[in-house]
Amino acid sequence: MGLAVAFWILAAIIVAAALGVIFLKNVFRAALSLVVCLVAIAGIFVTLSADFLAVVQILVYVGAISVVIILAIMLTREFTRGSPFNRLKIPAFIITAVFFGFVAYAVLGTKWQISTAAPQTPTTHALGELLFGPNGFILPLEIAAVLILAVIIGAIVIARDR
Amino acid sequence: MTIGLEHYLILAGILFSIGLFGSFTKRNAIVILISIELMLNGVNVALVAFSRFITPEILTGQIFALFVMVVAAAEVAVGLAIIISIYRNRETIDTRNIDLMKW
Repeated sequence: MGLAVAFWILAAIIVAAALGVIFLKNVFRAALSLVVCLVAIAGIFVTLSADFLAVVQILVYVGAISVVIILAIMLTREFTRGSPFNRLKIPAFIITAVFFGFVAYAVLGTKWQISTAAPQTPTTHALGELLFGPNGFILPLEIAAVLILAVIIGAIVIARDR
Repeated sequence: MTIGLEHYLILAGILFSIGLFGSFTKRNAIVILISIELMLNGVNVALVAFSRFITPEILTGQIFALFVMVVAAAEVAVGLAIIISIYRNRETIDTRNIDLMKW
């Protein structure tokens, strides 16, 4: 029961904040609305008993990505022009509505094989075993490390003042 | 009414659709990047919901969500570097004015 109440409150916050990201006139306020949305998504992860992911969501998204986005908004000074729409508003809305209709139809029409097993808590140890243990995800982890290195070098090269 | 997998998947679909609409229609390049973040978070919600309700004994969905986060962080870093570089060269990040590769 408490889980249901938490889900509905968090879902309402997420949808409202996501709409705020799109429809707020001020770019900076849109970025702050994104922060609210990300924190509420961390709450959704908690209701799904994914405690480690909730903490990572707060650390990476709320802590790092939103700060970088706000820094970029500050550096570009584009916020004086606001956050306008282009001319594709109506066709884009139609395409998005059709897409969401397909997704909702597929989700509600599928017979999901719901497992009744209790979720693992805490998940940190199990995730570490999966990432680093035998038959785990060690190769994707190393590829992710190489990707991060490439991104660091690429970002420095692209944004460097020539 | 108990909360099931469908609720989370519909929420993920709503989040993805809002992000899709934003990335189609906004003119500020940074807001387009923010919309892409919304889409990635919608995918993460769906992955963790599958992991919780279909296979709760193995955590593969959460691992996938972790890798999505890694790629999202990488994408933001490179994307914002490109946007700042464009702003330095053209004094604007309005996508109507970034038409160098348009014919």
